[in-house]
Amino acid sequence: MAVLLLAEVTDGALALDATAKAVTAAKALGDVTALCVGASAADAGAEAAKIDGVAKVLVAEDASLGHRLAEPTAALIASLAGDYDHIVAPATTDAKNIMPRVAALLDVMVISDVSGVVDGDTFERPVYAGNAIQTVKSKDGKKVITFRTSSFDAAGEGGVASVETATVGASEGLSEWVEDKVAASDRPELTSAGIVVSGGRGVGSEEDFKIIEALADKLGAAVGASRAAVDSGFAPNDWQVGQTGKVVAPELYVAVGISGAIQHLAGMKDSKIIVAINKDEEAPIFQVADFGLVADLFEAVPELTEKLG
Amino acid sequence: MKVLVPVKRVIDYNVKVRVKADGSGVDLANVKMSMNPFDEIAVEEAIRLKEAGKAEEVVVVSIGVKQAQETLRTALAMGADRAILVVAADDVHTDIEPLAVAKILKGVIDEEQPGLVIAGKQAIDNDMNATGQMLSALLGWSQATFASEVDIDGDTAVVTREVDGGLQTIKVKMPTIVTADLRLNEPRYASLPNIMKAKKKPLDEKTAADYGVDVSPRLEIVKTTEPEARQAGEIVGSVDELVAKLKEKGVV
Repeated sequence: MAVLLLAEVTDGALALDATAKAVTAAKALGDVTALCVGASAADAGAEAAKIDGVAKVLVAEDASLGHRLAEPTAALIASLAGDYDHIVAPATTDAKNIMPRVAALLDVMVISDVSGVVDGDTFERPVYAGNAIQTVKSKDGKKVITFRTSSFDAAGEGGVASVETATVGASEGLSEWVEDKVAASDRPELTSAGIVVSGGRGVGSEEDFKIIEALADKLGAAVGASRAAVDSGFAPNDWQVGQTGKVVAPELYVAVGISGAIQHLAGMKDSKIIVAINKDEEAPIFQVADFGLVADLFEAVPELTEKLG
Repeated sequence: MKVLVPVKRVIDYNVKVRVKADGSGVDLANVKMSMNPFDEIAVEEAIRLKEAGKAEEVVVVSIGVKQAQETLRTALAMGADRAILVVAADDVHTDIEPLAVAKILKGVIDEEQPGLVIAGKQAIDNDMNATGQMLSALLGWSQATFASEVDIDGDTAVVTREVDGGLQTIKVKMPTIVTADLRLNEPRYASLPNIMKAKKKPLDEKTAADYGVDVSPRLEIVKTTEPEARQAGEIVGSVDELVAKLKEKGVV
């Protein structure tokens, strides 16, 4: 059994955490070939070769693959699919864009956001915003899968995989990249951070979100937000934790001014330790929190920031 | 230009989901059903294109059980012009997989020849996030998923997408498939007069067989279970106590 894994490569650099977590999930299915795609991807390929569990690396470099647009990337993966039983990727926004397209090109169903591998055909995945876990058995000859990274530990380093070059076909030029607007930040990436501090509607304004950010910076944490906070314009959408945003599972999750709507819980309830700070003692967030503090966040959060570290 | 919007009937997002005790699925009997929230955003975007003079007609399509015509009537009340219901299941518990949905939609598109398809990025029941991408592959069209801004200009569209770490802007060739993310727009509520008017708007009924599509699932659902429940912990009395607890756990 052979597995083709689409490594997460952004502007030529390997996103090691997301890729290594998907490798852990993929190893259970067979020998893993990591595919690094981009306008430049050789450096990412050399990095991927060191991940424990990667048997081989394929590097596909072409100008058309820069920014990993869905159409040429999916066409490339489909052209390589013949040699593999499983075609997998970490469930990043890039992979969620590309992999269903790959599946349709191969006339198979995609299996999105897999949180558990039962066997080569059978997988667990959350549905209904994580309110139910479905076990599905695929009848397709090839399985196209994205793995929910928060459900798997990252594979270690120490591998010495061989690196080969993949042949890239001509692009149809259906789409072109215009620009990226990436928020520059020294903070860790939300889905791989060890600590996440999130604010909700209770924070009240974009201005007041600074107290959330101050606590996060004191802890070396990533900043998250509830959908309510994002909808209210207090925080950017890529901070959103929940069913419609990112799924995180850090060592410590601090929820500030977040009531704990089902859709938010879906994105953070696998965190190891959850702290909730909310002035409403009836807030549902307290039902999942390991430590709850019923307090005015505008007093408690600055005090916590001061007393930590 | 004609805009086609697929809409799905799903459990209302405010309803607490109950997993059936026998593990066969989620209980949908006598549960409030509504239009998938992302599809509402897609319908809204299509109507705004029409209002802006960039589209002439908005056609909504739903694939599933007969009751999905209620969902289509909602879209018509919002302002869509015409609806197509493709009956592909009898039981409300039968979920038609995105691959089969995409194949049926391809059949509809071959007949209707829209210049643009706007779909929701994900249905909140199966959370697959796949139909738009699959449809785009089957048609050989460009795709612009997770859109937060769409600007149509002749035979191209410039679309801003919500991606990990921020926003990406791409330019795609028309016809294209856009999938709607949360911040694309805020859908309107249908007014009572428009709800009344929607009852008279055309709604064609078809079947999956009309498009020659086999809807039998590729994924067999072995079981559906409740996720592991988290236990509530303790309420601490002060920030000092919280800091002490976190230090004790070794997380700070």
